[in-house]
Amino acid sequence: MKTLLTLRINGEDRDVLAAAHKTLLEVLREDLNLTGTKHGCELGECGTCTVLVDGLPVLSCLALPIECQGREIRTVEGMARGGDLHPLQQAFAELGAAQCGYCTPGILLTAEALLEETPTPTRDEIKHALAGNLCRCTGYTKILDGVELAALRMKGART
Amino acid sequence: MRKDRFSIVGQSRPKIDAWAKVAGETKFADDLLMSRMAHGKLLRSPHPHALIKRIDTTRARALPGVYAVITGRDLPRVKFGILPVSQDEEALCVEKVRMVGDAVAAVAAVDEETAERAAELIEVEYEPLRPLMSIEDSLAHPEVRIHEYGDRPNVHKAVALQFGDVEAAFASSDLVREDVFFFEGNTHLPMEQHSAVAQWGADGKLTLWSSTQTPHYVHRLLAKILDVPQAHIRVVAAPVGGGFGGKLDPFAHEIAACKLAQLSGRPVKITLTREEVFYVHRGRHPVLMWIKTGFRKDGAITGMHFRSWLDGGAYGSYGVASTFYTGALQTVTYQIPVYKFEGARVFTNKPPCGPKRGHGTPQPRFAMECQIDKAAEQLGLDPADMRRRNLAEPFVKTANHLTVTTIGLGECIDRVVEASGWREKRRTLPPGKGIGIACSSYLTGAGTAIYWNDMPHSGVVVRADRSGLVAVLCGATDIGQGSDSILAYLVAEVLGIEPKDIRVHPADTDLTPVDLGSYSSRVTLMAGNAAIQAAERLRGKIFEAVARKLETAPERLVAEDRRVFVDGDPDRGVDFAQAVVLAESLFGVLAFPGSYAPPKRAGKYKGGGVGPSPCYSYSACVVEVDVDRETGEVKPSEVWIAHDVGRALNPLLVEGQVEGSVYMGLGEVLMEEQVFR
Repeated sequence: MKTLLTLRINGEDRDVLAAAHKTLLEVLREDLNLTGTKHGCELGECGTCTVLVDGLPVLSCLALPIECQGREIRTVEGMARGGDLHPLQQAFAELGAAQCGYCTPGILLTAEALLEETPTPTRDEIKHALAGNLCRCTGYTKILDGVELAALRMKGART
Repeated sequence: MRKDRFSIVGQSRPKIDAWAKVAGETKFADDLLMSRMAHGKLLRSPHPHALIKRIDTTRARALPGVYAVITGRDLPRVKFGILPVSQDEEALCVEKVRMVGDAVAAVAAVDEETAERAAELIEVEYEPLRPLMSIEDSLAHPEVRIHEYGDRPNVHKAVALQFGDVEAAFASSDLVREDVFFFEGNTHLPMEQHSAVAQWGADGKLTLWSSTQTPHYVHRLLAKILDVPQAHIRVVAAPVGGGFGGKLDPFAHEIAACKLAQLSGRPVKITLTREEVFYVHRGRHPVLMWIKTGFRKDGAITGMHFRSWLDGGAYGSYGVASTFYTGALQTVTYQIPVYKFEGARVFTNKPPCGPKRGHGTPQPRFAMECQIDKAAEQLGLDPADMRRRNLAEPFVKTANHLTVTTIGLGECIDRVVEASGWREKRRTLPPGKGIGIACSSYLTGAGTAIYWNDMPHSGVVVRADRSGLVAVLCGATDIGQGSDSILAYLVAEVLGIEPKDIRVHPADTDLTPVDLGSYSSRVTLMAGNAAIQAAERLRGKIFEAVARKLETAPERLVAEDRRVFVDGDPDRGVDFAQAVVLAESLFGVLAFPGSYAPPKRAGKYKGGGVGPSPCYSYSACVVEVDVDRETGEVKPSEVWIAHDVGRALNPLLVEGQVEGSVYMGLGEVLMEEQVFR
């Protein structure tokens, strides 16, 4: 039994016909070809599939699209403004915060939600916010550095 | 590459693929979507050890949306394995399963859900056998056989090597210690699950896209497993979302995807679940170790006798090499004048172990470093001084015939001792705090290939386009460590252009020269040297053409800042793109190969091929910890680590590797555990 869903993704309304029990992760990747959102454990353990719904990090492997109708969904594809990368993306690339890059989209979006709420977070606040996102390559140091650098640059841009 | 000034090498700079990765553009294998693509699913055994009496796929075949269902009987009846000496795996087991998770059948269907439902409809009748779940269990029950081959019942491989008279060394020692250690097994767990997409074209040719660290070995083995000429198979390595050694074998899902693609006439994708990744495993071997070492009063090691028992799991995989590795590098770190090693890898009904980061060497390292601490305590020596006292010597052959070239371990020790305040802190920290030191060494690329041959270990083709773009073709796989970037930096350095002017093509067995794979820390050294050779050959032709145009000698030219010009006279020169046009006009298409093969240094004994390397890297580490005196919980508060990596081609990437490995090590030591129920 398929349901017609209207999802607002990265500022665009998208109509999609999908089985009502499909997860947001599956609909984003398989029905909308938004493969920037990565498929991880599908158990809510690793944070790899994180997207933002109304600005808050949500594990798309545990979310149903039907609950997300009328809400603002944001994926990594929506982070850059035109050709300009988000300061977090820029900082992550410069500092080597993405090694294999598989956990990167989820971490970037979680960090974006943090900086929206807390523009100048402490290192501990960053760690706390990212506690649900696993990375197996970097040892996290450069990820934390990346968030700090982006926060600094965003603050500079505001003042 | 002989240069006294570098413009790219040695600088911290972003990886060439960093932008795609932060933008979510990188297409991992699971991100590949093809028209008419079917989704595959494997049916796996719920039993650790059982005979397969019957498989009935009738109901699965009848399910609407199912395109193909296969069992092992649909595949050529040939066993395979990554090492020529251990051909003991089947993609889909036919007569017997040896672990929970062994695949017995596979389905391709319109979507993943239908494939999963169809897999559940396959009826398998098993006759359970007694499972053997530990080294002791397997050795105590030789009447139960996991495999019919091996050096003894349930012993996959038993090795014994002796280099000198250890008993005489012990007799003349001031202290002899015997200790037993056990290293818990663990798994790689890259964030990306293994995934493969296969397409069998109407022309009868097969293409496999896979998240693999070893496209070349997969290419070779697919030909054998599927009984298809290797020339008609193409393996393309997708960007790998983390490997750490977990994606080095040919896997059931890759093989099943190929066969299902052939039968269904559609591209077939199989992506493993996180649970399945634990079944395919190939992780760190649990190893039980006994060490007997002799010491002189001054701390010098007089000789060592090392025994290891490896819990191999259900299949061979890289296990023979892993076994030798538990005994190979002891002598490369510290000077051990006489050395004896006995190792045995035991089959158990658990997921197969294999190579994880450091392949078989962190376990003995742990045992040996602990024993040295105990000996230092007994001898009243500072553990840091005792290690420094025993450093392997540069440019010598060790007792087990390994050639050490340069060794920076002494400097590594000095640096971490100084930075950590070791001398002041040792013996003075309050109760509940502690400080420790350990050292290590590892290969910079295995000195021998997995199959014996006289061909290069790595090949690169560099092609210059009239636009000034340079294409680098190499069969190496970037698994996040940045090896594609390293190739770009080296070629850019030689040609005096920017990494952005270079496109590094992913491993594709149709197009790229063979590189053996991303394992044993080999790619930067081996593919890097091949890339330098190829780029220098290209530069030679470019200089020849430009020199003719400028009426000067090629030796007087340099390539820098995207220009080729007379050294010391930058105005007398041409742009790089113009230089390419001049050279192509004179010589035709500009495409040049480079090859690298390590020096042939394998010891002339059985197992002598495991351990040699063009050079070794070294590290020393001091860790300060807090210990909860009630619960015993250990928390590292600070880590100081120094690595001798030679010249850091990009310090940012080196730091990333070091930091990542420290965290993976901390996870292994403090957090990870394997529980079998």
